[in-house]
Formats: sequence, structure tokens, C-alpha cells
Amino acid sequence: MEKRVFFKGWMLPAMLVAPQLIISFIFFFYPSGQAIWNSLFLPDPFGLKTEFVGLDNFRFLLSDPYYLASFKTTIFFSTAVSVSSMAIGLYLAALADRLIKGAGVYQTLLIWPYAIAPAIAGVLWLFMFNGNIGLASYYLKALGYEWNHTLKGDQAMFLVILASSWGRISYNFLFFLAGLQAIPKSIIEAAAIDGASFWKRFGTIVIPLLSPITFFLLVVNIVYAFFDTFGVIHTITSGGPEQSTTILVYKVFSDGFVSQDLGSSAAQSVILLVLVGILTVIQFKYIERKVHY
Amino acid sequence: MLAFLKIKKIGGIKMKQLKALICSIALFAMFAGTAAQAKTEIQWWHAFGGRLGELLNEQVEKFNASQDKYTVVHTRKGNYSETLNAGIAAFRAGQHPNILMVFEVGTASLMAAKGAYVPMYQLMKDAGQKFNPKGFVSAVSGYYTTTDGKMLSMPYNSSTPVLWVNKDLMKKAGLDPEMDLSTWKKVGNALDAAKAKGIDMPFCTCWHSWVHLENFSAYHNIPFATKANGFAGLDTELAFNSPVHIKHIQTLGKWAQEGKFKYMGRRNEAGKNFRAGECMLMTESSAGYAGIKKQAKFEFGIRHLPYYGATEAPQNTIIGGSSLWALSGKSKEENKATAAFLAFLSTTDIQAKWHQDTGYLGVTTAAAKKTKSSGFYKKNPGTDLAGIQMMRNKVTQNSKGLRLGSFDQIRGIIDEEMEGVYSGKKTAQVALDSAVRRGNVLLRRFERANK
Repeated sequence: MEKRVFFKGWMLPAMLVAPQLIISFIFFFYPSGQAIWNSLFLPDPFGLKTEFVGLDNFRFLLSDPYYLASFKTTIFFSTAVSVSSMAIGLYLAALADRLIKGAGVYQTLLIWPYAIAPAIAGVLWLFMFNGNIGLASYYLKALGYEWNHTLKGDQAMFLVILASSWGRISYNFLFFLAGLQAIPKSIIEAAAIDGASFWKRFGTIVIPLLSPITFFLLVVNIVYAFFDTFGVIHTITSGGPEQSTTILVYKVFSDGFVSQDLGSSAAQSVILLVLVGILTVIQFKYIERKVHY
Repeated sequence: MLAFLKIKKIGGIKMKQLKALICSIALFAMFAGTAAQAKTEIQWWHAFGGRLGELLNEQVEKFNASQDKYTVVHTRKGNYSETLNAGIAAFRAGQHPNILMVFEVGTASLMAAKGAYVPMYQLMKDAGQKFNPKGFVSAVSGYYTTTDGKMLSMPYNSSTPVLWVNKDLMKKAGLDPEMDLSTWKKVGNALDAAKAKGIDMPFCTCWHSWVHLENFSAYHNIPFATKANGFAGLDTELAFNSPVHIKHIQTLGKWAQEGKFKYMGRRNEAGKNFRAGECMLMTESSAGYAGIKKQAKFEFGIRHLPYYGATEAPQNTIIGGSSLWALSGKSKEENKATAAFLAFLSTTDIQAKWHQDTGYLGVTTAAAKKTKSSGFYKKNPGTDLAGIQMMRNKVTQNSKGLRLGSFDQIRGIIDEEMEGVYSGKKTAQVALDSAVRRGNVLLRRFERANK
């Protein structure tokens, strides 16, 4: 049953949707339009002259094997960040939900890292794993493990995933905890009386009831891993070594703001725009169907 | 004007009194403002922190105190690349400083951006400043001068790579700290001995591309890029994948695999390890001197950059460092201030002090002479090596310097590919071929954007 409200005339409804439309226009349509327009030009860094090049910026990008490799890097990175931060968040939430004493203290401490800006978090982890002064790298060396993320791509990847997931664990924890506390105790108790074990209850009652939150977090975390992690990557690895931690958004940033190649950067933004569009459609068309509200 | 102050009483002060107070402050500020107005203020964006930042600040303070017409305000904008990018972004927004420090790698980008800067010779002429471009050491000023002899920017800090030696670690490795380290072969032998004695970091280096490809090319008199390393035209192509280059990079890769060479990062990160006394031999800019002299708790030595004995005696090395560009779109009065400040920086006293404090080259002949006659080189052995190494031979097409567009990005590519060699994923041949190919794409793109 859908509820419908009918307005007389069009003035009032137009005014009611106007704020949203204006915001969408200023912060979405106008910049995207600019990006699409700029992607067709090759300007010099100082903005003194510019040349129309058609689709050459796209051709330039798609013939660059490192650009194609950064798609793979992005998928691996986003999956790792989303899955690890959600799994750990859920685990901690399940533990905190069972606490009777001192729950507030644990919860506050677990939420803390969320308050730290990504770039600062990056610097923190970088200090710990720094080859010269890092504590973690010092102890790893004492254990006989050579740590040098400036040279070893897999170590660099591990470090940026760690630093990016760390703050997200808090965020996911918060939502999972709220979700767990919203599940009526009576259902769980009834299942327990029927003899269902903890894992049985968790798998058949808790997980399905958490699915709307899990879906929401999945979307939010993937968006985060795609777009908000470049501060972490910039401070820790600058996309290196050998571009092994260059994700798509970092490449947009580094080509545009570091290398001043605005044509290529705009073209990458357009590609990213299309990609995120497709991703969103997939998420809502296929995954959302499996979610019970 | 004070209508927004609706509060009747603040901490015991009546509203009336407060108004009177604010009025008097405003009046005072107005007069102080007119006094300050008489001085022309100009902005200088640079990349120096730490010890170099202190020395730079000293120069600015000296200038501000030396006259009462102009005030220079300096701001650090991050490392070299960040400073250049901040300058370019500010230029697009019309918020750029009067003077921008641009490292040698960005020179071609600025030169191509005609209209973004006031050429140095023009600036000095317009301001009526006495300025003699011939007073600069030609190996330095050549980098910033057009082919028809017009100087576009003012050389500020110029250095060249040398070999730094930790003499204490040499002794620990059972080596004579004064041993001959003039060729890479001899360096290799020393590293073998050090590794055998359990020295953790026998060799490290800063600025990989600059030392081991750019200077390497000039030193061995082989081209880094065609068209006289880009001096003769935008249609230049990279050429640093010759057998000699490959041999050297392969050697570095082998040392990395054997644990004799430790990679610490793309810029000057390894300097920390050397200053901390962990690294035995380091190739780094001669300007590492300021930090090493201040921090090293061991005996250190400076040597010429090693070369391959197979070729004839080495040519000369080229500079790294920065020059100062006067950006366009500023008032006549401000340009005058800029000219006065830059002329002040090129005076002999300032240059000689800068050279002695930092290890950067004395960029004017007069400063070099003054330093020599003061007996500084005798007291600080090795500090004259960089100058000798740069000017030991008549400069050739291959050893004049580099003028390549998008070169900061190309260096990034070179760094990436060299990381592949050090980690053992790629051979030097594959990595350098790939760097040349990828770099050429950027050169063509730059050529197209700056036709």
C-alpha cells in the first residue's frame, strides 16, 4: 500500500524539492559536467592555453598498462578494506553486546579511532612501520622479518589496508552494535530454550536480522574505500612502490594535483563516474533483493 | 559600525568604555597601517625546512633589515614538488606569490609557460638593478638560460652528488678509511668487505634518478635524452637505456639483492640513516653537508662520485637544486622589490656564507673565490670537491644539464621502475626500457600541450 499526497498546482511541490535539486546541481551536476567538458581538452599546467583533443585523453589512459592495473589494485584494496573492517567490527560488536559490566567504557574506546582523520591515521601507522624509526619494523626485524614497505609492494598494500580499515572498524562496530541491540532478546531466548547453540542462533537469527545494516555498511564502506582513502595512501606510500598501492582515486589526485595533468585527471574522473554508477545499480538491483527489512 | 555589539557589559567594562577602546585600537591600526603601507611587501614560496629553512630565514631577515622600502615574507610550501604545484595552482587562481622556488626538474615546465613569469634579465632591466649574469658560474647559470643567452631565473641553491663516507664504519669493516673509492668497482669491493664484517647497511643512496641516471649520464658523457638532453628542442626522446646505464642499474639491483644496498625511499630518506651512523657509503647531494655536519657523531669524509673505470676519466656532474622565478601579473612596485631582493641574494657575502653553511655550490665566481681565500676549504676538507667535480672539464652536450618537460612525473616513473629492479622483480634492461617508453609518452604529451 503506497501513500500518495496530491498537491494543487505546482508551486509548493517545486519549492519543496528545490533545495535538494539546487544542492544536487551545485555539488553534482555542475562538477560532473565540468569534468566531462575538461576531459576533452589538453591544457598546459598554468592554464595559459588549452587544446581540444577529443577522446585522446581516454585513449592515452586506456593504453597505459599501469592505469589498467590500478583497476585491479582498487578492487583488491576496496574488498580487503570493506571485508576486514566489517568482519572485525561485527566480531567486536558481538562481544560488546554480551558485556554486562563496563560496556560503556569498551564501547567508547572502540569508537575512538573513528575520530581520527584518515591522513593523521596514515601518519600514525607510517611512524610505527617506518624503516628508520618505526617500532613495529624494529620488532619485526628483531624477529628476523625484513620490513621495507618503500620497496615491497605487498607490504605497502598491507600497510595501507591496515591504516584504512583501522578507523572504519569503529564505524562498523557502532552500527553493528546498534543492530544487535535492536534484535529482540525474546527471539534469541526462545531459540536458546529450543536448544539452538550460540553459533546456530548467530547464523540463523542474528545475521539475517542484521542484513539491512550489513548492506548499508557494505555500500558505505566500498564508497569509503573507493574515495576517502587517498589521504592515507598519500601519506604512507604516495601510491608506490611501482604503483602497487595506486588506486583509481589516488591516480586522479596525483595526476591532477601532483602532476598537473588536468586533462587526464578529468578523463579519469569521468571513467570513475561511470564505474560508480554501474556499481550502484548492481548493488541496489541484485544485492538489495537478498536483504530482509 | 558597532551595532552588532549588543552586549551591555563585558567583564566589568561598560559598553561605552569598550566602544572607546575599540575606536582607539582602530585608529592606532589605521596609522600603523599607513606606516606599513609605505613598505612594499612581496611573497616568496620555497621548499626549505630544517637547517636550510633557518639559513633561508636569516637571509630574508638580513634583507628586510638592510633597507626600509621592501618587506619579503617567506612561506614554506612543502617539498620541491609540492612547492611547484602550489605555485602553479595559485597561478591559475590568480593568488600566486612574487617569487617561486622551482627545482631544476621543473625548469622546462616553467620555460615553456611563457607569460607565467617575468624573465630575470627583463625584471632586472625594468627595475634598473645592476645585474651581471656573467658573474654566475656558467655550469649553473647555463641551466636557466635560453639558447640565445637570456637568463630566465635566478640560481639559488645548486648542488651536485658526491660520495659520503662514514669513516668509523669503514674502520669497523677493516677498511682503510682513506682507500681509493673513485670507481664503482672499488666501491663494490668495499661493500663486499663491509657485508662480510656484518655491517647492516654498507651502501645507500638518495635521489635515485638524479644520481644514478641523470648525473651518471653526464659523468660518463653519454646522452640522457636526445636533442642535447632536451636543450635543442621539445621533440627530445629519452635515451637512458644504453648498455652502460643498464650495467650500472643492474649492479645496484644485485647489491640490493645481496643486502649490500638498502633502499630507503625515493627522495633523501637515506640521509637519516647516514646521519644516524648506520650507512657506510652514501651517494647524496653535496648539500647534505649542512645536516651531516650538524648531526653526525662520527668522522665523515667526502669523495668524488664514483664512475666506471672502463670509460675514460669522468666528464663532469650536473646540478640539482632550485632557481627563483619572478611570476608575472604583479605591480611594477612589487617587481622592483623582487628585483632588489634577488640582486641582494646574489651578492658575494650572501652567496659565500650560503655556500659555506650548506654545502651548496658557490653559484657566483666571486663567492667561490672569497670562500677559497678565507681558507674555508683547508679547514673543511672535501667541501671543495663538488665545485671541482662540476667544473673539471669543458661542458659537452651530454653534461650541460637536462631540459625535459613533465620531468617531475618522468622521475616518478623512473623511481617506480627502479624499485622494480631493487626488489628483484625486473631486470635493469626491462625496467629502463619501460621507463624510457613511458617517459617518452609524457614528453610527447608535453610537446603537444606546449607547441
